[in-house]
Amino acid sequence: MTIVFSLFLLTLLVVTAVAIVRTSDLFAAVMLSGIFSLMLAATFFLFDAPDVALTEAAVGAGISTVLLLGALSLTAASEHASSRNRVLALFVVITTTLTVIYATFDKPAFGDPAAPIHQHVAPWYFDTTREAIDIPNVVTAVLASFRGYDTLGEVFVVFTAGIGVLFLLGSPGNKPRKSSADARGLRHYLIPRMVGRMLIPFILLFALYVQFHGDFSPGGGFQAGAIFAAAMILYSLLEGEKRALAAVPSAWLHAMIAAGALIYGGVGVVTMLLGGNFLDYSVLSQDPIAGQHLGIILIEAGVGITVAGVLLSVYHAFAARDSS
Amino acid sequence: MNAGTLLDIASWLLMSAGGVFILVGGIGALRLPDLYTRMHAAGVTDSIAPALILGGLMLQSGLTLATVKLVAILLFLLLTGPTASNALASASLLAGNRTELAKPYSEEDDR
Repeated sequence: MTIVFSLFLLTLLVVTAVAIVRTSDLFAAVMLSGIFSLMLAATFFLFDAPDVALTEAAVGAGISTVLLLGALSLTAASEHASSRNRVLALFVVITTTLTVIYATFDKPAFGDPAAPIHQHVAPWYFDTTREAIDIPNVVTAVLASFRGYDTLGEVFVVFTAGIGVLFLLGSPGNKPRKSSADARGLRHYLIPRMVGRMLIPFILLFALYVQFHGDFSPGGGFQAGAIFAAAMILYSLLEGEKRALAAVPSAWLHAMIAAGALIYGGVGVVTMLLGGNFLDYSVLSQDPIAGQHLGIILIEAGVGITVAGVLLSVYHAFAARDSS
Repeated sequence: MNAGTLLDIASWLLMSAGGVFILVGGIGALRLPDLYTRMHAAGVTDSIAPALILGGLMLQSGLTLATVKLVAILLFLLLTGPTASNALASASLLAGNRTELAKPYSEEDDR
């Protein structure tokens, strides 16, 4: 049954991808890419990867769609027709596709227990997580502790991307554009506003749950940061930029971008000062396992703060641009 | 027939009814003539259909934490779905889309 369902989803993914390429209406393309991400999230979930599914749903289907719509409001609504180099592009795409398909013949079958990925470090991660870290969600253990360097790198990628966008678009400061309808948001639409007012506290609470329950269930800093940013973007859409910036000023957002990355790196420096290796959390407490727990919570908090800060700053930077 | 079988049948009925409503909504969204009637059909798929399907799932999971989560999801969907429909309809009205079906009455229609 699962295989039927995943085949169905994968077919729909291909159909959606073709539709995204074919449409010249950019608004429709953005919406289709949101649908694509949502179906991809369902596919990941079917493949028993709920952590990745949650990330894809929050970032791919949620925030990216909003940011693309924000970018779209600054550009034209339809794609320019371009007929240059079509043959070359077709050649490159077909060659790449054939190469990838040829390469899949060498791959082990889906779910094959003898596949190299299940024989290499994965069993070691599972065993060592039980002994040395003792949290139920092995994904969080791998992400935050075993591969802490990789995640530190990812946080700095997000950090750099945020700074890049702020340099390109300019930070809005605390002054939303004047005399524009957008600055007031949807405040004269009663129903969305009231429903938003009811839901936003719960979305923020859910973000905190995803953040701090990441040791036990799917979730963690990346997902929680995206959900937090989504709640604040909803607030900003409903109540207007001005009130959103009054609730969380730009300066705070900039501080958050830096603070999250600093917390992460700072934990690494502290572990070094305490005599361990960089990002070896065991030395943070008398009990190595408690130290691991503390370190994972701290660096996940750093990840969440940076991601939320970057996403909100980028959103405000888009929203502050005049579309004229 | 014991209580478990009855519960299974009840949840099966609820989920099938939900599936039928989703099918009807999908057909309506494809076949109906203009945006507002299509939204009317699509609205079925995010109000009554998830209520029935989640109700069936709640019967399956019994009095557990899973049911509490399903209730939370149901409340969220019942709040957001109609709100999204409402926002879409007002946006479409603001953009100047008028329904084809409700033209104002004019003398010329009678001739």
